[in-house]
Amino acid sequence: MKYSVVTFPGSNCDHDSYYVALKRNNEVNLIWHKDTDLKKPDAVILPGGFSYGDYLRCGIIARFSPVIKEIITFANKGGLVIGICNGFQILTESGLLPGVLMMNRDLKFICSHQFLRVENNQTAFSSSFQDKQVIDFPIAHKEGNYFIGRKGLEDLKENQQIVFRYSSSQGEVSEDYNPNGSIDNIAGIVNKTGNILGLMPHPERNAQDFSGSGDGNILFSSIEKFIAARV
Amino acid sequence: MFKAKIYIILKPSVLDPQGNAVMHALHSLGHEEVADVRVSKYIEVMFNISDEKIVSEKVELICDKVLANPNTETYNYELEPVSDAEANKN
Repeated sequence: MKYSVVTFPGSNCDHDSYYVALKRNNEVNLIWHKDTDLKKPDAVILPGGFSYGDYLRCGIIARFSPVIKEIITFANKGGLVIGICNGFQILTESGLLPGVLMMNRDLKFICSHQFLRVENNQTAFSSSFQDKQVIDFPIAHKEGNYFIGRKGLEDLKENQQIVFRYSSSQGEVSEDYNPNGSIDNIAGIVNKTGNILGLMPHPERNAQDFSGSGDGNILFSSIEKFIAARV
Repeated sequence: MFKAKIYIILKPSVLDPQGNAVMHALHSLGHEEVADVRVSKYIEVMFNISDEKIVSEKVELICDKVLANPNTETYNYELEPVSDAEANKN
């Protein structure tokens, strides 16, 4: 399948995503944020980093890059979009995903391994995971504290939009295992139609032989399985 | 010309960890009477527009679209007339 990875000024995980997708035998194109040709991808990745230096609010300036208009059109036609870390922030600021990512509860940049529990393995991005599987995706962020109003949170739950929650290594979800203060331990969500995923943890940083369990591969494998079945 | 003085404020329902940290620091300095602290953003925007009503509309538009996130933030602003001579000093 074909991935397109978007590079904004300040992106720093674009090549990690590119490399993982390539190593998994996919065609991958790097797209500059000023480009308006997405190169006909099956899935678009908005990578991690610090687009525009995180000025004003993380992701808000990138939201006005020319490529975003194309991504909105692509997503509205059912195209798969995945925003990782800063990519998640760009998706919420673009209005493609609900909620907002605020500064971490303890005001610190956190860079560490993090256990997540798979809450919904029925999405295009998670079908290769076992239900309630505990996985290790590293986190590296200061603004990853997911917040949404009460009504929005009810909607997310009702529509099974919560895909990943922060947990213990045993899959226990509680405030004790919440690294950043996210409401309801939310680490990753999809939109209502299930074709846009945003998550703070980095699957692409645990998708190599040398990077540990390699759990990130399961996410990429889900996407590739979904696209193969669709074609 | 007008200078817009814009304050971007977290909604009261949203936890402000920065404000809490500052409040604890003030308490530890002995300022026990400090009851609450909220940290906000202050932005100045100069407009090349002479009609105050249009400036107001513009300020609200850019706050709604860019400067504030309606999920968590509200804003208020003041407009200050600025003479061309004053504006040129910058």
